[in-house]
Amino acid sequence: MGKAELPLHAPGTQTDKGYIGQSVPRPNAQRLLQGRGAFVDDLRFPRLAHAVFVRSPHAHARIRKLDFAKAREARGVVAVLDGRAVAEYCTPWVGVLGHLKGIKSPPQHAIAIERACWQGEAVAVVVAESRSQGEDAAALVEVDWEELPAVVDMERSLAGERVIHPELGDNVCFKREHDTGGVDEAFARADVVVEETFHFGRHTGVCLEGRSILADYNAAEHSLTVYHSTQAPHMMQDIFSRHLGIPEGSVRVIAKDVGGSYGIKVHVYPDEMATAALSVMLRRPVKFVADRLESFLTDIHAREHRVKVRLACTKAGEILAFDLDDLTAIGPYSVYPRTSGIEGNQVVNLTGGPYRHQKYRAKMHVVFTNKNVTCQYRAVGHPIAVALTEGIVDLAAEKLGMDPAEFRRRNLIPDDAYPYTFPSGIKFEKLSHQQTLEKLLALMDYRKLRAQQADLRKKNVLRGIGLAAMIEVTNPSPAFYGVGGARISAQDGATLRLEPTGMVTVLCGVTEQGQGTEGIFAQIAASAVGVTMDKVRVITGDTGVTPYGGGTWASRGAGIGGEAVLLAGRALRANALDVAAAVLKMDKHELDIAGNQVIHRLTREPKLPLAEVGRIAHFRPDTLPADFQAELTVTRHYTPRQYGFTFTNGIQASHVEIDPDTGFVKLLGHWCVEDSGTVINPMLVDEQLRGGVVQGIGAALFEECVYSPEGQLLNGNLADYLVPMAGEMPDIVCAHVETPTRQSQLGAKGVGEAGTAGAPGAVMNAINDALAPLGARVTAMPFTPERILKALKKVP
Amino acid sequence: MEHDFDITLTVNGVRVQRRVEARQHLVDFLREDLGLTGAHAGCEHGVCGACTVRVDGEIVRGCLMLAVQANGRRVDTIEGLSDSGELAALQKAFHERNALQCGFCTPGMLLAAQELVRAGKKRSREEIRAHISGNYCRCTGYHAIVDAIEQVLNGQG
Repeated sequence: MGKAELPLHAPGTQTDKGYIGQSVPRPNAQRLLQGRGAFVDDLRFPRLAHAVFVRSPHAHARIRKLDFAKAREARGVVAVLDGRAVAEYCTPWVGVLGHLKGIKSPPQHAIAIERACWQGEAVAVVVAESRSQGEDAAALVEVDWEELPAVVDMERSLAGERVIHPELGDNVCFKREHDTGGVDEAFARADVVVEETFHFGRHTGVCLEGRSILADYNAAEHSLTVYHSTQAPHMMQDIFSRHLGIPEGSVRVIAKDVGGSYGIKVHVYPDEMATAALSVMLRRPVKFVADRLESFLTDIHAREHRVKVRLACTKAGEILAFDLDDLTAIGPYSVYPRTSGIEGNQVVNLTGGPYRHQKYRAKMHVVFTNKNVTCQYRAVGHPIAVALTEGIVDLAAEKLGMDPAEFRRRNLIPDDAYPYTFPSGIKFEKLSHQQTLEKLLALMDYRKLRAQQADLRKKNVLRGIGLAAMIEVTNPSPAFYGVGGARISAQDGATLRLEPTGMVTVLCGVTEQGQGTEGIFAQIAASAVGVTMDKVRVITGDTGVTPYGGGTWASRGAGIGGEAVLLAGRALRANALDVAAAVLKMDKHELDIAGNQVIHRLTREPKLPLAEVGRIAHFRPDTLPADFQAELTVTRHYTPRQYGFTFTNGIQASHVEIDPDTGFVKLLGHWCVEDSGTVINPMLVDEQLRGGVVQGIGAALFEECVYSPEGQLLNGNLADYLVPMAGEMPDIVCAHVETPTRQSQLGAKGVGEAGTAGAPGAVMNAINDALAPLGARVTAMPFTPERILKALKKVP
Repeated sequence: MEHDFDITLTVNGVRVQRRVEARQHLVDFLREDLGLTGAHAGCEHGVCGACTVRVDGEIVRGCLMLAVQANGRRVDTIEGLSDSGELAALQKAFHERNALQCGFCTPGMLLAAQELVRAGKKRSREEIRAHISGNYCRCTGYHAIVDAIEQVLNGQG
C-alpha cells in the first residue's frame, strides 16, 4: 500500500481522544490519602534552625529601640536579628508594574526598619534550634514603641488627612478611569436608572497549611535550595536570585505538596524572604511555617471594596450603560511582584461583562491603609465585579417588574456575536451566555422553584432565588504581568521522555496544588503518546528539573500547561514512531501508537511493544541505521498570543431560605453551569467548581477580617473567623457547555476560579429576593445574621 | 528539665518510650519526635480537625491533647490505620470520587469519617455533613467528600 492511499490522520487526540473528557481518579492522590505526602513542614534536615518573628502589635508605630539582650541568652537561640541586619543580605523591593500607569509604593524590606505599618509586620526575628524555643525567646525581645496615628478607613485614606508614606505625597497607590463616552447621554435618555452602593468585606484564603518555607544555603557552592509551599517556583527562583544576590542557576525552588494556595501562595512575603536570607547568613537550613494567628495577620487579604454603581436601561429592558465608582484599600504596601492594583483594575475590566450595552464609565481608586496588605486571591476582582453587576441588574429587573432570568436573556451577549469587544476594551473569542442561561434554568427547574416560592410566601416562608452570570479571565497572555515588567512567565513548557520500559515521564512548569494538574497532565500525555495512564509519571514543582514556566495562577494550568504537554506528547509519539519505523523497516506513516503498542495504522494490528522501542533506542541503537538518532526526550512550549486572555463564561444560581427571627440564611441549593472549553476531567472540574463556590459562599455569608478603628484585627483566629463547614453547605449541581478555545489544540480554558467568582453575587441576589416582600435589602458582605436583622429593622 | 516527663505509649501498635516536655502537644510529639507527619497542624486551637488522631479508639484533636496525656494509652494515626487496612474502603471511595484536593485535611477527614463507618449505620447526607463539620476542607466543596462517605456507609452515593 502506497503512502498516498493512507487516510489523512492527524496524530494524537484529534483522532483518539483517549483519556480526555474522562473522570479518571488522580494518581497522585494516593499518598495524600495515607498521610504520606510531603508538605514543607514534613521535611527533616540536619542542623535545621527555626525562624520565629517578632511582630508589631500596633497598626502604625515607630521602633524607638529593640533590645535583644534577654532573647539572645535564651535556651536554644542561634541568632536574634533586626531589619537592618537582614537587609544586608536581602535587598528591598517595590510592588509596581509599568502597565499600571502611575502606580506607586514605597520600598519594602524583609523585616521592617524604623517603622511598622500594620499589626503583624515583622520587626525582628529569632532563630532557634526549635520552634518552641524560638517562640520563648521572641517573647523576651523588648521593643520600645512610639505609636503613630493609624489610617484604617479607606474613605479617610482617600481624603488624605494623614499620609502613611509622606514621600509618596498622598495615600493613592493607583487610580484608573475608563470612559467609552456617551454615558451621561445614555443615562439622560434612559427610562429607568438604578443606583446602589455595595460593600465587600476584607477576607483571606485560609489555606489549611500555613505558608511554609525551608531554605537550605550551601556556602561552598553559594547555592540555595528552597523548599517552598508556593504556586510559582520559577518566579520565586528569580526573586530569591535577584534579592539575595545568588546566580539564577544556583537557586533551586522545590514545591512538593502544597496544602492549599488559592492565590495566597503566589506572592512575595517579607518573612519568607527573611527566612531565605537567614539561611545564607547562618549557613544552615532555616524553616519558617506561619501558624494560624500569623496567617491571619500576614497572609494577603483581599476584596475590601466600596463600589457605587449605576445602571441605565429602557422600559423594554435593554441595558444602555453602566457607571462605576470603586474604592479599595490595600494596606501599607503594594504587594510584590504582582502589585495590589490588579484587583481594582479587574473590577473596572469586568463589571457589566456578560451584557451587551455599549456605554461604560468607571473610576477606581486604590488607597493605602494601616492594615495587612491585600493582593490577588482566587478569582481576583471577579467576585466584586460579578456581585455588583448582578446586584444592580436584579435591581433594574425589579424596578421594571421583569423576571430576573428574562431580563438577563434580553441583555446577555448573544452566542453568535463573537468575536466581541466589550466596552472596557477586553476581547472575547467565543462565549455561550445564552446557552448557559437556558441550561441553568432547566437544570434547577427555575419555573417550578418560582412557583414554589410564591406558594411559600403566602405561608410567610422567605425563600429567594438568585442568579449570577459571569465572565472569567483565564489562560493569561503576557498582557497580564509580563508587559508591565514583571518577571512572571506567561508561557509554560513540558518535557516528555520515553523511558526504556516504555513508560512516559512528564515534567512541567505548572504546579500541583491539589487541583489535579498532575492528573490531567497524565491524561493528556497518555492520550497524546498512545499509552495507558499507568505508564505515565508526572513531575512538577522543581525548578531544577522542569521546563521554565509560570506555575499556577489565573486559571492557566490546564489551558497553558496542558497544551504544552499535548504538543510535547504528539512530538514524542512522532519520534517514537521514527524508531519503530527504523526497527520494522516500514514507513512511519503506516504506523501509530495505541495501548502501549506500535500498531499498523489501518489494520490496528500490533507491530511492536513500546517497551521494545525504548529498549532498542536506549540499549541497542547499534542495530538502527547509522544515520539515525532516536530522540525520545522532547520539550514543547505554549504561550497564548491571539487574545490577552481566554475568557470563559458561566452562570450560577442560589436558592436560600431566611429565618426572619434569627437572620440566618439556609442554603437550599446551588447550581453552576460553566463553559470552560474542553473539559479534560469532569470529576476534577466539578469539584474545583464546587470548592470555588464554597469559598464564594464563605465571602457572601461568613468571612471577614474585622479591624477595630485602631487597626487591630479582632477575629484573627479560626474560631472567630468563620469559614464554611460541611453542615451548612448545600449540594452543588454542576453542568457544562463546551466551547473549546481555537487558540490551542486542546481547547481547554481555565476553571479554577469560576466558582468563587460567581457564588457571592448569586447568594446576595437570592437573599435580596427572599427579603423583597418585606421591603428589606442587604448590600454589605458578608451577610451575617446581624446585618440581615438590621435590614429587617429587628435590631438597631 | 523539671517539666519533662517520661512517657510510654503504643503508637500504631508499636511500643514507644520518650521523654517529653509537659507543654508539648500530641500532634507535635507525633510529628517531631516520631516522624509521623500524616496528622497536620492546621490551626493549633482545636477548630480545623487536620490534626485528628485516635487515642484508645476515640478520635481526638492532636493539638488539644498533650503528649504526656497519652502516657499508657494507644494512639493510632493515619499511617497505622492505612497500613492495617482499616481505612481502605474510605480511601478507595475518596480516591474514586476525588474527595480531596490538596490533601492537607484528608487524614483528619478520613479518621472522622471512619467513626461513622465503625458505628455501622446508614446515614443521610445531612447527618454525614453534620458529623464532618468539625473537619474543615478549604479545597473541595465538601460535596464529593459526602458522596464518598455515603458510598461506603450506604453502599451507594
